[in-house]
This record gives sequence, C-alpha cells and structure tokens, in this order.
Amino acid sequence: MATPPSVIGTQNKKGQTYTDPWKLLHEAPRTPSFFTGSEVIKEAVRRSSCDVMIAYPITPQSEAAALIGELFAEGYIGDYFRGESEFAVMSQCAGAAFGGARVFTTTAGPGTMRAMENFPMWAGARLPIQMIVTCRGINSPLSIQPDTLEIAYLLNTGMLVWHAETAQDFFDWILKGYLVSEEPDVHLPLALCCDGFFVTHTKDVVNLTPADMCLPPYDPYRSPVPCMDMECPPVRMMRDPFVMKSNYISYATHASWQQEIWAAIERSRKHSIHWLNGLIDTENVDAETLIVASGTAVSQGREAIRLLEEEGVRCGLVKVKTLRPWPEDEIREATKNAKHIFVPEFNVTGWLAKELRATIPNPHRVHAGPHVCGGMTMPPEIIVSEIKTALGMKSFSLAGRGS
Amino acid sequence: MSKERIQISEDLYDIMPSDYQDLVKSATYGKEDRGWKDIGSSKELIEQHSLCAGCPESMAFRYILASLPNPEDTVMVGSTGCTSLVFPMVAVHNIHSLFGNQNAIASGLKRALSVRFPGRVKDVVVLAGDGATVDIGLDMTLQAWFRQEKFTTICFDNELYANTGGQESGLMQKGFVAKMAPVGKLFDKVRLPEIARESGCHYVVNCTVSKPSLVEKVIRNAVHVAREIGPTYLQLYTPCILEIGKNSMEGLQEMRDSEKPTERFAYKEYVSEPAKQLLAELAAKDKERKAAAKQLASQASA
Repeated sequence: MATPPSVIGTQNKKGQTYTDPWKLLHEAPRTPSFFTGSEVIKEAVRRSSCDVMIAYPITPQSEAAALIGELFAEGYIGDYFRGESEFAVMSQCAGAAFGGARVFTTTAGPGTMRAMENFPMWAGARLPIQMIVTCRGINSPLSIQPDTLEIAYLLNTGMLVWHAETAQDFFDWILKGYLVSEEPDVHLPLALCCDGFFVTHTKDVVNLTPADMCLPPYDPYRSPVPCMDMECPPVRMMRDPFVMKSNYISYATHASWQQEIWAAIERSRKHSIHWLNGLIDTENVDAETLIVASGTAVSQGREAIRLLEEEGVRCGLVKVKTLRPWPEDEIREATKNAKHIFVPEFNVTGWLAKELRATIPNPHRVHAGPHVCGGMTMPPEIIVSEIKTALGMKSFSLAGRGS
Repeated sequence: MSKERIQISEDLYDIMPSDYQDLVKSATYGKEDRGWKDIGSSKELIEQHSLCAGCPESMAFRYILASLPNPEDTVMVGSTGCTSLVFPMVAVHNIHSLFGNQNAIASGLKRALSVRFPGRVKDVVVLAGDGATVDIGLDMTLQAWFRQEKFTTICFDNELYANTGGQESGLMQKGFVAKMAPVGKLFDKVRLPEIARESGCHYVVNCTVSKPSLVEKVIRNAVHVAREIGPTYLQLYTPCILEIGKNSMEGLQEMRDSEKPTERFAYKEYVSEPAKQLLAELAAKDKERKAAAKQLASQASA
C-alpha cells in the first residue's frame, strides 16, 4: 500500500496546523496560563486531534468532562456524548476505538471500579484509548475526597499507567500519551492518573503550546490488529473459537496473547523515555535518605526535603512518572546508595511501597509511609516527622494526632 | 469496502484458503438485490458454525448474512454466548468484547464511523442473545434507543442462557423449570418489543426465523430504517433445541408451532410514521428498478 502524504503543515477544519509532535512539544512557543487542572485537560484535548470523547458525571472529573463538551460544541472534536454509566462509557470508548477513532475519556474513583471489566478488554483488543483518572476515594461510606487506592487496581489490567504530579505534567502527558500508546509496537490504552482535587481543582501556572497547533490525526491502519471498519478484508479469525476449547493450542493462544500485551508495555519504555525524558526524575539521589513518590506526594515530598534541609538533614527525591511500564532498572539505580527510603502515599494500603519493595535489593530499607487516606491532606511536616522518627531524631508531635 | 478490497494478489492466489478464494469469486458483496435466494448459488458470508446440529440459530445466521443490504460496509457487534462461537466464521468485520455491552460498543462504533467516513454508508448491526440484550445488557440496550443511535439491534431469543447450560433468563416463559429457576420461573416473559417501541425504536419486529423470505424482509427494513432514521429492533425466536428437549430435526417445527396467531411469536410489527414513509419510498424505488430490469431483459430478448 502506498504511504499516504504527510499531513504535517496542513490545517484541520478549525484552522489548527497539524504539527510535528516533537516541534509542538519542544520547540513551539509556550504561553504561561493560570488555569485549573480541569481547564488544562480541556486545553490539552483541544490540541490532541481527538475524534470521540465520551463523558459521564462523577466528582472530581465532571468539570473536565463538561469542558471537553464545550470543545465539541466549538468543533474541535468529532463526536461527544454523555453515556449512561462508566461501564457503558468505557464500552462506548472501545466501540469508537475499534472503529478507528482517537478516543478520550475521564473517570474517577467508583467510576473506575464500575468500569473495571473493560480495561483488560481494552488492552487485549489493543485499543489505544486515553483515560484520565482523577483519583478519589472508593470506600464506603461514600467519599468524594482525594485518595489513590484505585490506581492499585489498574496496575494489572495491561494498560499503561502514568501518574502526573502537576497540571503541567497533565498538559504535556495527555499529548505525549497518545504518541506513546499509538505506536504500532505498543498500541495499548493509557490510564493517565492524577490526584483528584489537588490537581483538578487548584489553579497553577501552566505553559501551554499555541492553540492553533495540534497533533497529527490518529492513523488506525498502523494498528497491529485490524480496524473494524470494513476498509480491509474481513479475515476469518479461526476455525474454532478458542473460548470453547480445553486443549494445549487454546491455552497457548491465550497465554501468548497475554504475554504479548505485557511485552507491548515493555516496548513502550523506549517511547516513554523519549517523550517523558525518562521514566523517573531524580534529585540528590546520592543522599542516604530518599523519598520515592508519585503524584502530588512528590510535591509534598519536595517541600519536606526543603524543611529537612533547614534542619541539616539531606534527603533525595525520586519522582516515579510511569507505573506501567514500571521503571525497575531506573529505581534500582537511583536507590542504590540509599539507607532509608520513604514512600509517602495518599492511600491506605501503600501500593507504591509494595512495588518498590519487590523491586530493590535490601527491601527493609523501604519505610512505607507516611500514609494519608480518605481525603486527608499530607502536610510536609508529616513526612518530616516520619523521617526524623525513623532516623532516631527528636520530632515534634503533630497537633491533633492524639500523641 | 468495495469488492476490490478482498481481491487476492495473483502471486498469492494458490496459497490462499479455498474459502477465501470462494469469497472473492462468488460472494455477494455489492450485489444490489442480494437475499436468501443467493444461498446455494453463491458463497455465503458464513463459512461454518460450531453450533449444535440443527440449531435454529445457524439458520438465522445464514438468512441474516444473506440479507444484509450492504455487507461490504457493515460492521457487526456480538456479545458473549452461542453467537460468539459463530462470529469468527463470518466474513464481515465483527466485534466481540464483553458480555452485555454490545449496544454500548455499537454506539461508540457507529459514531466513530460517522466521524471518519462522512457522507458514506457504514451500517452497524448488533446481534446478541436474550441474556445479553435483556438481562445483563438491558441498561445499554435501552439507553442506545433513548439516544436514537442509528443501528439495528437483533436479539436471538432462545428464552434462556444456552451457552452456559440452560439457566433462567428474562425472556424465558413464566413457569418454565430451568437451572436457577428450580420451581419454575416466577415472572412473565419480559415484553421487550413493546418496551422497544416506547423507547424510541422506529421499526420493531417479533417473529421466528422459520421463513427465510420474512427474515430477509425484516433485516433489510431494519437496516435501512436504522441507517436513515433511528434505532430498530428485531426479536427472533431461535429455540435452543437442546435445552427444551427437542431433536436436531425439530427446530423448524418448534418455530412454526410458536408463531401461530395465539402464540408468543406470532408476527408482530411496529413501524413509526417516518419509517413507514421511508419503507414506502424504498419499495417504490425497488419496483421501479425491477420494472426497468424487466424492460431491459425484454428488449434484449426481442
């Protein structure tokens, strides 16, 4: 088949110029803008050449989902509608992606859990859907407060899982997410997570690329599996469906299919490193004490490090950007000098600490905590206190903790 | 897809499977008046099936695939169940993803195809069992109709969960003793055709698949109305002969018995006013086309 002519430099119907992604993200001028995280999501989607966005209300992603509706009304998105539940929405996203569309959606907390059956299906069907997860509590009694427990459930779905710290991460990673997940040797869905409210509902200065430049459109014919649009010959998939067979060929087929999904996650490393400038960021990792964190816990850790420095304690920082692929080698390297590794998390189970313990030698170095959950904030003083206590230093007890 | 898309490179022709060669040579993609009568004289779009011997569902599949007005630009959506054992043998693109989400998949698919191919016809047809349509997927079935999504929903109603071994379903008759209904089903068969009408479907038919000509008519109508106006629904009785204790050769009679005027699968049809108008226009065009063809034939023979 002849290679279609490049669209770079041509304009879409809104007058945006399809721009080489590297130039768009690294060379185009940036305008500092003071926006909420939700508004930043809208601005990133405006530049994403999205075909279909499907929305459903759930706090704290409702604002972003509604703002993208405004983009549709303005003509920036091919189609947009409100589905009937997160389970349905994620299936509608799948249908649109099967049909060759670039698809965007957002969800949160109980919505993520309700939709869960779809996610391994998305990965298995190799659908490069991008889903923003604005994490919130999933427990009963009802909570709408920030809490990252739902990320733990996403880690084994076969999706790429990234955890943004700031609104700036969010803006850049929405665009970069499509570039990684649509690579033919990856072609997997991406859960782009952030901590609800802390990122979605706070205002921050974000450097935006020009609104009249956008990503090139998705080309569904670069997919490793056929696009379901009857534009290529319908293949007869198999003589007997494997679902009904209990034999070695059936098991081998399913096993190799699953292995291929996880191999595709591995292959996404090189693309993620290219676009995200590495799977982790590090600061002062020669220090004996380290904080390893993802999401807004990184920001709180950074502030704790500043407070510790004032008291003469030197502490380094590892910001984990991608949870899938898991930056195993990078984390081993970054933590090789550390004697004490602290993992502050916004959830009760400490899933990041568990991942870390399973990754590094001498895992007793990992102090899982501090943890806050159920919507509590994590003042940097809590992290300072946890570190000082573990290091045998005198620490002031924090008010209100009953100590 | 035009028929050219399925052509085989000459160099590769001899190594392609014979069923693919047959598809290229004698399938009815693009044939304007394709229908059930092509069965036997052309390559069917279903190769084989792994259903039970004599299963009425296999008849339904053959008639439906022979009757789709535009298979070269039709994508089908299935669900988990006996139908999902057949779709791998079907020569139109088809999607199986989860159990019960078929109308949600079809909603996203139809919209994506409309965005990607403006001005071109791309039909979407859902085909799922009664458990998928009426029980686990009812929410998504109805919501797609409320939203006026432009695709056809076909329910193969066998009045139970067949693929999992004969459990009670919402479309099962009241009193029927089945797995998970150990003392007989306690509530009436769900009246989905009426619900479909009230939910905004523009063409609704409840019937059996005993008559291929009837299946052809309702499939063509349903697809055309969905393409131009809004959602359509066909509820087709495809009895599970295994679970109701019938033999392989008794499926047809079971359907004939169940479509008698007083029975639950007596032919019922609802057509909305805009759909009536569309179908009348299509019938007039069809008549015109046939008359022209007849005239041409008589001129040729004269």
